[in-house]
Amino acid sequence: MRWRRCGEHAALFDCDSLARMRAAHATVSAARPSGVVELVPGARVLLVTERPGSGALEAVRALLDDADLDHPPAGDAREVTLDVHYDGEDLELVAKDAGMSAGDVVELHTSAEYTVAFTGFAPGFGYLTGLPEALRQPRLPTPRTRVPAGSLGIAGEFTGVYPRESPGGWRLLGHTGAVLFDPRAERPSLLAPGVRVRFRSVP
Amino acid sequence: MVATGPLALVQDLGRPGHAHLGVPPSGALDTGSLRLANRLTGNPESAAGIESVLGGLVLRARSSCTVAVTGPVVRVRVDGRDRGSHVAIHLGEGQTLTIGTPGEGLRCYLAVSGGLAAEPELGSRSADVLSGIGPPPLRAGDVLPLGTPGGVPAGADVVVPFPTGETLTLPVTLGPRAEWIADVERGLAEWWTVTAESNRVGLRLDGPVLRRAAAYADDELPSEGLVTGAIQVPPSGLPVVFLADHPTTGGYPVAAVVRAVSLGALGQARPGTLVRFQPSR
Repeated sequence: MRWRRCGEHAALFDCDSLARMRAAHATVSAARPSGVVELVPGARVLLVTERPGSGALEAVRALLDDADLDHPPAGDAREVTLDVHYDGEDLELVAKDAGMSAGDVVELHTSAEYTVAFTGFAPGFGYLTGLPEALRQPRLPTPRTRVPAGSLGIAGEFTGVYPRESPGGWRLLGHTGAVLFDPRAERPSLLAPGVRVRFRSVP
Repeated sequence: MVATGPLALVQDLGRPGHAHLGVPPSGALDTGSLRLANRLTGNPESAAGIESVLGGLVLRARSSCTVAVTGPVVRVRVDGRDRGSHVAIHLGEGQTLTIGTPGEGLRCYLAVSGGLAAEPELGSRSADVLSGIGPPPLRAGDVLPLGTPGGVPAGADVVVPFPTGETLTLPVTLGPRAEWIADVERGLAEWWTVTAESNRVGLRLDGPVLRRAAAYADDELPSEGLVTGAIQVPPSGLPVVFLADHPTTGGYPVAAVVRAVSLGALGQARPGTLVRFQPSR
């Protein structure tokens, strides 16, 4: 575990694993030292940005030096269930590569509980962990130029939903009508790091 | 809005604090110039104004107001009469403001007393070109509502037009992933050219290729948070310097970060400008 300087007013806290990163994020989120401007989880590291002169980076560093990252505080316990039409263009491909039927893929994907590990790519796009091993498959060799808003995809160890139409290379399992991001809503993003997510199959 | 020039966007000081939701900080690229324009017109420094690429703006006042144009030195006229940039100008109802094309630099800032009253999103009126948050690019025919003028225009101010030249030497802090790049300090000190693919997301540079250090040649970097000014090295080896509308996370190593004092200069770098980086530990 180490700090990496990231310009004058930010640092990356290198956590070695996603589990420890989530623990570090939960620890800093719970204490939220004053002067922290951004707290951005990554796949292995936590980015902390401070207001210049606030000393927040030092405070976070002290906090994490003392933290037990193997027994983190409870994070954002919010739970979200997304209704999904499992009719994605790549459902058959995923089933074939996993050596099972399309119905098995749906059952497997809906049986797991997921957690938003970090965001990025687009506002409201969460990288969700908890994907069953059999569904961990590579991205498409050539990304699609247009993936419709609400598309549910998988890639590597992650699953996620495209909040708006965009290019994308994830294998598509289906789509949801849920609004994932609305900049004028009181809670602009349905998904945020730490939120737990389940998918429910609807016809 | 009678004419917009190549691109005119509403910008304030942005919406930092939402990166964990995937929302870029956005905001004026040359914040010093926007703050100055706001002071000259009696606004809080954080009020929304227009960020214009290469001028060419024409606006007609529908009510009397005070305006100021900052950024590079540029010709500013009211009803055809020269008034100059970097000063407060009173516009009477029906008068027409014309902003010329700056001889150097890239972005002019126009502040109007009361500030532009576009609908804020996530606490800011800034137009974010990466994610589409905030008001769309301005178009001829748009009517721009103004807020209520508050303060007294600063009659005099410390007015330092930005030194924008054909070459830029930018101080940087090495890291967070400097060790991923072979001979990183020497590499960063080479000259690159700012390309025409550059925008508010980042400056895309062309020139000598930065190579991966042997120890990291085949490694993939798991996604990690990005900051404004980050110099990211994609597989092509041609660096991208991220500006205010940068993605919030990325999967290529960041060799160094441009120091805050030079971020405004990045926003003023035209395509064709030569840049190099001066690392410090």
